[in-house]
Amino acid sequence: MTTPLLETRNLTITFGGVIAANDVSLKIEAGRNLAIIGPNGAGKTTFLNICTGWIKPRKGQVLFQGEDVTALPPRKIVQRGVARAFQIPQLFTEHTALENLLIAAAARDGMRNPLIDLHDTPARDEMLHLLEMVNCADVAHRLVVELSEGQRKLIDIAVALALKPRLLLMDEPTSGVASSEKDGIMEILITALAEAKVTSVFVEHDMGIVQKYADEVAVWNAGNVQLRGAPAEILEHPDVIRDVIGEVA
Amino acid sequence: MNVTIFLLALFDGVSYAALVFIVALGLTLIFGVMRILNVAHGSLYAIGAYATVSLTGFALSMGAAPILAFPLMLISAVLVGLLIGGPIEVLLLRRIYNKPEVLQLLVTFAVFMILEDVQRLVWGTQPYFQSAVLQSLGNITVLGVTYTVYQLILLPLVAVALLLGLRFFLRHTLNGKLILATTEDREAAQSIGIDADRVFLLTFIVGAILAGLGGALASPTTSILPGMGADMIVLSFAVVATAGLGQIEGAALTALMIGLGRSFAIYFWPEIAVLVPYLIMVLVLLVRPEGLFGSPAARKI
Amino acid sequence: MSSVSTAPKTDAPKHPKSMLWIVGVVLLAAVPFAVPSLQLLVTFALAKGLAVVGVTVLLRAGQVSFGHALFFGIAAYACAFLMAAIPGADLALLLLVGTLGALLAGLCVGLFVVRYRGIFFGMLNLAFSMIFWSILEKFYHITGGADGIRLPRPTVLGMALERGPFELILYYLAIVLMVVLGWVTIRWFASPVGQIFQTIKTNETRLEYLGVSPRRALLSGYLLSALLCGVGGVLMGVAQGAVTPEYVWWVRSAEMVFIAVLGGAGSVRGAFLGALIYEIVRTYASAYAGDIWQMLLGAFLLIIILFAPGGLIGIFGSLAGRAVKEDAK
Repeated sequence: MTTPLLETRNLTITFGGVIAANDVSLKIEAGRNLAIIGPNGAGKTTFLNICTGWIKPRKGQVLFQGEDVTALPPRKIVQRGVARAFQIPQLFTEHTALENLLIAAAARDGMRNPLIDLHDTPARDEMLHLLEMVNCADVAHRLVVELSEGQRKLIDIAVALALKPRLLLMDEPTSGVASSEKDGIMEILITALAEAKVTSVFVEHDMGIVQKYADEVAVWNAGNVQLRGAPAEILEHPDVIRDVIGEVA
Repeated sequence: MNVTIFLLALFDGVSYAALVFIVALGLTLIFGVMRILNVAHGSLYAIGAYATVSLTGFALSMGAAPILAFPLMLISAVLVGLLIGGPIEVLLLRRIYNKPEVLQLLVTFAVFMILEDVQRLVWGTQPYFQSAVLQSLGNITVLGVTYTVYQLILLPLVAVALLLGLRFFLRHTLNGKLILATTEDREAAQSIGIDADRVFLLTFIVGAILAGLGGALASPTTSILPGMGADMIVLSFAVVATAGLGQIEGAALTALMIGLGRSFAIYFWPEIAVLVPYLIMVLVLLVRPEGLFGSPAARKI
Repeated sequence: MSSVSTAPKTDAPKHPKSMLWIVGVVLLAAVPFAVPSLQLLVTFALAKGLAVVGVTVLLRAGQVSFGHALFFGIAAYACAFLMAAIPGADLALLLLVGTLGALLAGLCVGLFVVRYRGIFFGMLNLAFSMIFWSILEKFYHITGGADGIRLPRPTVLGMALERGPFELILYYLAIVLMVVLGWVTIRWFASPVGQIFQTIKTNETRLEYLGVSPRRALLSGYLLSALLCGVGGVLMGVAQGAVTPEYVWWVRSAEMVFIAVLGGAGSVRGAFLGALIYEIVRTYASAYAGDIWQMLLGAFLLIIILFAPGGLIGIFGSLAGRAVKEDAK
């Protein structure tokens, strides 16, 4: 058996008496896009936070490619190949879209030369190409604060992709985006992920999106994975319809 | 260790801690509610001291009894709060609540620079000393060590009374509850009809009065000279930061720690006495960056 | 604040302005012959200007330090101690040792303060400078206490010079250091390391999730700022011939912050422009307004923050921008 890309063992954490993760053991295999669905407040974002070292679990372990990364800070986990996109885009607001990507590339490549201009770094063409891939080439030189929420989400994801991760964790990639744009964004995204050979885990509330783009679905409820399987079978499960889809609709 | 010296250091430390705590209380209250560190707080302390000395000096020259200095201290403190604190909040701070923290810091720092010169213009650079009131309450002898009642009994009593009073005010009075509600969530408080502007003004004036009162109470025990405001803002910040910004009860404990640390150093290693508060602060912050009683603020993502 | 970093790469309108700066440097170089009475004053201003650039660097990361005179003073005291230990030491050695001293202090203090932002960052820097100030005052048998220590004139590349030629050399050294270190700092701002440093201001969460340690990023800028303050401190100490605890007094730090904001928070050229104007105004105004100097500074600081956040460089920029537009007509 191959080592899973990411594995959690018995993750447990509570916030002021509320259980956000309860003995979560989950394996994420390389090459498949896993969607996590579940009601609000069930601990999905917390799960991503623990996997990336932002918060530490009270109990349990996180393993990336077989290595225990539970105690590492986020940057060390990122350096090992886990990137993250956020529900609220985390961007450098005083920089342009392209500069956000160039800074990510500089961080990835460990650019230390203090006399070279950020714009003259070797990754410039690669980053322009990445912007094209996420359909934002036309706003490359605009400050990210001036962009629409949808564009910011795409750039947030592009920044994560710029790191050339093995695994990308995304928190509601299509939230805050007009529903007419959601499919467009997911098309772009899934293509970009496949092209870069990146495995993804994404938290999602839109079941249409999940059905269309996930290879696998995990249902999160009350701090743990209740069910896991192919989208078609999961989305028709009566418990899921009652507990998750019912609430979202 | 000689018992007399030990007791002297202990008493010095306690009375000093009481003074520093009163000032720090105002600083941490303002920060807790308004999220602003008022660098000019030290100046308000100094002006409270100057005002008391001037008023007391005037009253004594008119033949008043030294005991009259006590109401004058209170009057000075309230004047500092109303005449200086009030305008600072209304004219300046109100404009910058939504600005970056650094700008807020620069604004209160600018006020500090202005007030430092105001003191010099009004009171000159000669030190003032007015200790008539210190003797008016007499002395007390404990295990052979004689100490003034003012420093050993009155100051700690006032400090404890202020701590308890502020706790009571915040938790059991309407205005106090309004302040706490605004601290928790300003927008929610406004949406249920709380006048946040009034709450902030009230908080700032109370904080400024505490600074002025600290100065007023300190005035009989020390010579009053330019630069005392700068020393006090850094010292009270050290107290407040060691406790955790906004931690009222914690500030009482760290004030005691820092006051005792300093006074024992004065007797046993005088060269480093002024450094002791900062050493304590740095050591605490190295181990607990959010202060002894503060809780780490995890950013939501 | 970071208009330089975010402006798209349009070089066209920049030329008239950079020409103006070159003219400015040439004019400065002519001062010893044209207006000799200003020579020492400008030396002081440039020494302060270098330290102000140090404060400016931190402003780019959204941080303000109320204690950077610490590094200014440490460098100057290091020079004074060196001169006492090796009489007739060379200016180059002083520059090296003073700067290294400031860097070392920057590393020690920096490792601690980069754990903090905003209020704590500003106040902890202030606390460290006050600690050092107390040490200078209390351990007077070593430091000379409030009187400070003399810093005798060093040799220059092995030559013992009279006062006149020495001050002239020092003057041009200050100009060279301004141009070189100013240029390096501007390039550093635009470089990947400098850009990463500046993202501290806008989003540390993302920085951490790029695999970068925000503390280390801040430390890189902190060291640069300590270095710049150190070079300024060496120049000031050598130019004045004595160092006193006043070098690290909080008023000095406040002055640096003031000039940085006056010049245009975040602008390197503005820092030098601000320092020159500040020093000239102070020298001539102190006769009339010595008692209320700090008050004037404070009031002016409030006015800039509330009404002209771009500072001098913003005003200069909009004037120059207008001139360029009028040229184009």
